[in-house]
Amino acid sequence: MSTGVIVRPPVVPPAPPGPPQPPASTGADAAAAEGRLATRAFDLFYGAHQALRDITIDIPAHGVTAIIGPSGCGKSTLLRSFNRMNDLIPGVRTRGEVRVSGENVLTPGTDVVALRRRVGMVFQRPNPFPKSIFENAAFGLRMLGVRDRLEIEARVEDSLRRAALWDEVRDRIGQPALRLSGGQQQRLCIARCLAVDPEVLLMDEPASALDPTATARIEELMMDLKQRYTIVVVTHNMQQAARVSDRTAFMLSGELIEVGGTKELFTRPRVKLTEDYITGRFG
Amino acid sequence: MTSPAPPDEGAARPSGTGARGTPPGPPRVRRPAPLRIRGPSAARRINNRAVIALCHVAAALVVLPLLLIVWHLIEKGLGGLSLAFFTHLPKPVGEPGGGVANAIVGTLVLAGLAALIAVPVGVGAGLYLAEYGDGRLGALVRYTADVLSGVPSIVVGVAAYGLVVVPMGRFSALAGGVALGLLMLPTIVRSTEEVVRLVPRSYREAALGLGAPRWRMIHSVVLPAASGGVVTACLLGLARAAGETAPLLFTALGSRFWTLALDRPIASLPVYIYDYARAPYDDWNRQAWAAALVLLLLVTILSALVRLATRRMVRV
Repeated sequence: MSTGVIVRPPVVPPAPPGPPQPPASTGADAAAAEGRLATRAFDLFYGAHQALRDITIDIPAHGVTAIIGPSGCGKSTLLRSFNRMNDLIPGVRTRGEVRVSGENVLTPGTDVVALRRRVGMVFQRPNPFPKSIFENAAFGLRMLGVRDRLEIEARVEDSLRRAALWDEVRDRIGQPALRLSGGQQQRLCIARCLAVDPEVLLMDEPASALDPTATARIEELMMDLKQRYTIVVVTHNMQQAARVSDRTAFMLSGELIEVGGTKELFTRPRVKLTEDYITGRFG
Repeated sequence: MTSPAPPDEGAARPSGTGARGTPPGPPRVRRPAPLRIRGPSAARRINNRAVIALCHVAAALVVLPLLLIVWHLIEKGLGGLSLAFFTHLPKPVGEPGGGVANAIVGTLVLAGLAALIAVPVGVGAGLYLAEYGDGRLGALVRYTADVLSGVPSIVVGVAAYGLVVVPMGRFSALAGGVALGLLMLPTIVRSTEEVVRLVPRSYREAALGLGAPRWRMIHSVVLPAASGGVVTACLLGLARAAGETAPLLFTALGSRFWTLALDRPIASLPVYIYDYARAPYDDWNRQAWAAALVLLLLVTILSALVRLATRRMVRV
């Protein structure tokens, strides 16, 4: 197997030509930056082990970006950097910048709690709380201090509708969430995120624990939600990446190998390693 | 690229020499005897039976003492039970009859006081240990709780005597409650820690991922998810404390009268049993047996009630 030197392609997106955009966020710029994600020369270490190397990527707002790559390549780690979930793991160190809507969220003054409200996360295994369906969807609202019963009910319904779950659960909203099927639980977890109205939705292999029908529903939902949210999805499943994403990033051994429009990346990859991976030669 | 798998999957390959280039030498490892599929061999069947039998014996040995105790209590105590036994005060020496009404109430009061003291502190400390207790302070608290659980109950009684009885100038229900609370504390702390640690990581991640601050995650997700176990932890502590006699001898003392005053001595079933079992009167000894049966029933009913109540609460 040829493991040559990894050639770093130009990862800067084919941005509108002109002067390089400063990370300034004023007026109209701020609105445009809403929901945009980026990293600059981002390194992450688990103790002595470097899990991410010099990642520089731009993820535009409103759209689905897929991160693909073999197991252990750092795609979940990168995803969890955007809402700093890696903070929960002892011994994590970082270098470089992670930007959410133009702001570097690694600066010491960052309010991690506020960040996570803006950047929601859906996990690999559906993880509803052992409470009722209603209480799951209302959790974020109660946390934000919403007291008004009518408002909570309205927003719970709204988020369940947006997660395409309302019609299935409207008659049993008070039942334990753990009685739902796996696919329904995962959509409930998505609804739970949507209820606090985030800008970004991070999804860590959201369908890998689900059967094909439930997977299809989650994918439909992603296509639907991207109108309003920036979605970043980590997936093992290249067909899924090809189906749902607008842009795809390929990672290997902690490095970002290539990023581009999904169609180009899958049909005309610029880097040999990407081609080898997507044609199934390794991974 | 990858060579096709060799057809002789069953034959063990000499380990360590996996080089692709070298042609595999003649297989020198003997094939195992073909598996019998008709049924296990006689030796295996006997082994199986023997181990299963041993497990049954061990299980029986665990249950047997409890059954013997219950049987003995019923045999000796049932005769002394009557409605009057539950509703009357003890009679003076020589008068037949009398009951343990004040001791039942006293035991409930003492257990309630102990729970009031130990449950908030114990659950709080257990949560601390599970959520924040990885540092040196956590290790110290954990060690202290372990040592406290090893302290003989009579020593705890003496400690409560020094802490409460001496400053107050008299024996009291309060002192008894403190003593029992101290006894319950380590059980509650360590069991709470264990059950809180069992709450799946995914719940914590979900809560934090939604932007919940840590205290909120603990309060709204971790504690409710662990509540069944926490209740069990408290019941374990309570059941242990409710039957303690030694620490009550220097603290609550005992009483032959109705009293609910927390700053006065109060009756309790264990002390009643202790007094009546030692007394040289057959009638009193019979009543001690009956009181022991009542104590057993009380602890059983108490835990059943708490379980029922919390199960309903948790389901919401």
